[in-house]
Amino acid sequence: MQTPASSPWKQAVQAGLIAGAIAVLLSLVGMVASFSGRFIISGVFSMGQIIFLAPMFLMTYSVLRRISPQSAQKAILIGLLIGLVGGIVLVALVLIGKSINLQVMFVNSSPVLHKILTFGLELVPGLLVLLVISMVMGVLASGIFLLPKRLAAAIFQGLIWVLLVGLLRDLILTVTSRWGPLAGLVRSLFALSGLKPVAAVLLFALIVGIYYWRGKKPAAPLTPVLPKPKQRPLVRWLTWAGIALLLILLPPILGIFFSDILDTVFMYILMGIGLNIVVGFAGLLDLGYVAFFAIGAYTMGVLTSPELGGTMTYWQALPFAMIACVLSGLILGLPVLKMRGDYLAIVTLGFGEIVRLLALSDWLRPWFGGSQGIQLIAQPSIFGFLLNTQQELYYLFLIGVGVVAFIAWRLRDSRIGRTWMALREDEDVAVAMGINHVATKLMAFATGALFSGIAGTIFAAKLQSVYPHSMNFLVSINVLCLIIIGGMGSIPGVFVGALALMGSPELLREFAEYRYLVYGALLVVMMLTRPEGLWPDARRRLELHEEEIEEELAAETGPAVMETTK
Amino acid sequence: MAVLVAKGVTKRFGGLEALSGIDFEIKDKSIYSIIGPNGAGKTTFFNCVTGFYTPEEGEILLDGKNITGLSPDRVARLGVSRTYQNIRLFKNMTSVENILVGMHPHLKSGLIGAVLRDPRTVREEKSAVEESRRLLRFVGLRGKGDMMAMNLSYGDQRRLEIARALASRPKILLLDEPTAGMNPSETQEMVHFIRQLRDELAITILLIEHQMRVVMSISEQITVLDFGVKIAEGTATQIQNNPKVIEAYLGRGAASGLGQTDSKSAAAA
Repeated sequence: MQTPASSPWKQAVQAGLIAGAIAVLLSLVGMVASFSGRFIISGVFSMGQIIFLAPMFLMTYSVLRRISPQSAQKAILIGLLIGLVGGIVLVALVLIGKSINLQVMFVNSSPVLHKILTFGLELVPGLLVLLVISMVMGVLASGIFLLPKRLAAAIFQGLIWVLLVGLLRDLILTVTSRWGPLAGLVRSLFALSGLKPVAAVLLFALIVGIYYWRGKKPAAPLTPVLPKPKQRPLVRWLTWAGIALLLILLPPILGIFFSDILDTVFMYILMGIGLNIVVGFAGLLDLGYVAFFAIGAYTMGVLTSPELGGTMTYWQALPFAMIACVLSGLILGLPVLKMRGDYLAIVTLGFGEIVRLLALSDWLRPWFGGSQGIQLIAQPSIFGFLLNTQQELYYLFLIGVGVVAFIAWRLRDSRIGRTWMALREDEDVAVAMGINHVATKLMAFATGALFSGIAGTIFAAKLQSVYPHSMNFLVSINVLCLIIIGGMGSIPGVFVGALALMGSPELLREFAEYRYLVYGALLVVMMLTRPEGLWPDARRRLELHEEEIEEELAAETGPAVMETTK
Repeated sequence: MAVLVAKGVTKRFGGLEALSGIDFEIKDKSIYSIIGPNGAGKTTFFNCVTGFYTPEEGEILLDGKNITGLSPDRVARLGVSRTYQNIRLFKNMTSVENILVGMHPHLKSGLIGAVLRDPRTVREEKSAVEESRRLLRFVGLRGKGDMMAMNLSYGDQRRLEIARALASRPKILLLDEPTAGMNPSETQEMVHFIRQLRDELAITILLIEHQMRVVMSISEQITVLDFGVKIAEGTATQIQNNPKVIEAYLGRGAASGLGQTDSKSAAAA
């Protein structure tokens, strides 16, 4: 992020304008208004306010980090300036909105929005308060910037936790509702919406304390060597057993509503692990991944729905669906063997659309039901016990994810995983090493297709119906996004990514409307600040932080090594 | 006995004849060099041997078996292994992993074995890792097995690339300018190392090289290419005194005036 050395004041004004513009955008698309009902700290701060004030805060912080001013005074003045400029932009929005009717173009430029932006006060005092608070945000960011790094990091954690706990009030209350005396205690922390102010302060202090204390140990430096697991086998087994037990106990704890969300998340994890093999391991960008999901779901539908003359049970049809997916993976793989990068992406994208259009077509209506889809799809039963509620089907997803994650992990660390990696790194060389690229690529496509297809069959069983419109392109994009956010090539990353991208819009219904706006912004921010993902693969992290490692190496062993590491 | 035989190999790119009717025979366990000015067709010849290009005419025999037109991975499995002029390692894999990829043709574990990790797969993987560490020691990279390839020094990367090529236990090893970008002492080490490869592992080596000092000191046979045509073949002394070679390197007319001293000026270049 090297910018030509322009004056810090000029940069501050620019940053203020950008922050203001972001705040205006978020207001005009309606995010501010729709989130204003959701309090983080009851009666004090709503999510809506955070959305239009956070830009000044974050912008100040990032500008300060970039130019790192010498004096504290200067830092605070920069924060003040950014807050002021951003605030002025927002004030202008309110004033223009009041005098001209912007609603013709921007539906959300309504009195409601103006009321939120002026904190429910009269126009003039309200605007002044807006300006002041906006400046306070800038100064606050400068203040945190000036603190020692360890404390600043702890404060950031504290803010994030308060935000998360406030937002996830309903989930937390549901989970803890059966914990006896603890439930009462937890309940007393929350108001009708968000945290009580006292609870928020307590939580903030607690988190800052914990992180400050933990921050004593310096973070492990990046080394050029791939880290090896250090835990003893027993500890590892116990950890895994604990996680497994928790996952098994989740549905009764969460209740029906949250179990349904969990089903969605797990379905995406299942697909994510599959696509991760294709994109993350083998480096083949597949944008038509939904096709295999559709093929799995439709095979299940055709074979089990009495509507279309199917008579099989879920378990009888499953092997056929799996075979169909593997075959379709091979069919897609064959023509695209020689394509790389962008071309591959376009062709796979086309494949996804072809499958959807075939399912939708009138021509194939007798077999696939056309736009009406297929209903009355069989649900699986285990030992005569029918799995038909969200909570019961969760276990099917859980088993699926467990098996698939295990397979993916084993494959990654095997000869085959190595082959995929080599192919991703340099296809020509891999071939010159005697690797058969046809078989290797097809294996990646087929495995990915299989995993996605399994997700499709459970999806069909859960809804007992499939429709062509649920097989659209956005499903592929969602899966790809969650892999990127979680960390390419990382299996735990898929879990984190799915939870973040699929869980959050379901938990916060207000988000759902702005889902793709948020995804887009998130992807851009991630690429700029943390391209390796939330839970990166160790290898990927090294790859993306090569320069830092070289610096560290040079620092360790002195300048002599610098020359030989070119 | 000849390991590799080329008979009238011709490769055209559109109207350009990059190789025309190249013949030669490489004896078992010899060090054979191909030299020639830039654009003479040396690397094209390598690509023909390794299966990346299919020659329009002629054939290439490995141990008497015709390998012309086979896919690169088949050629590699039959025992031809190579390194690249600009090092092409799998940068984001460790040294050991790079070598394990090279060993690929000799490993058998498949999909099922990978998932179940049956005793045979585990055993195979373990011995493969041991062997790759042995290879690393052999090329002088002891203790660098878990380093990412991209973090190795330039000379170490060259050595790792050779180790990776050796991992497939080739009958013939093709080295494309192994001393490119090296200083004189590193070059000397590499020369020594190449000789050691042949002596200790008993493999045949086909070399493309620009530094005359290297070529003249280690090659038993040398072929000179110019504009895709073989203009000379012979031992180091024969080549040094061949007027056609001097002409190709120093330009027309230079050959007439210069005698013995040419080899020195060529070496200096």
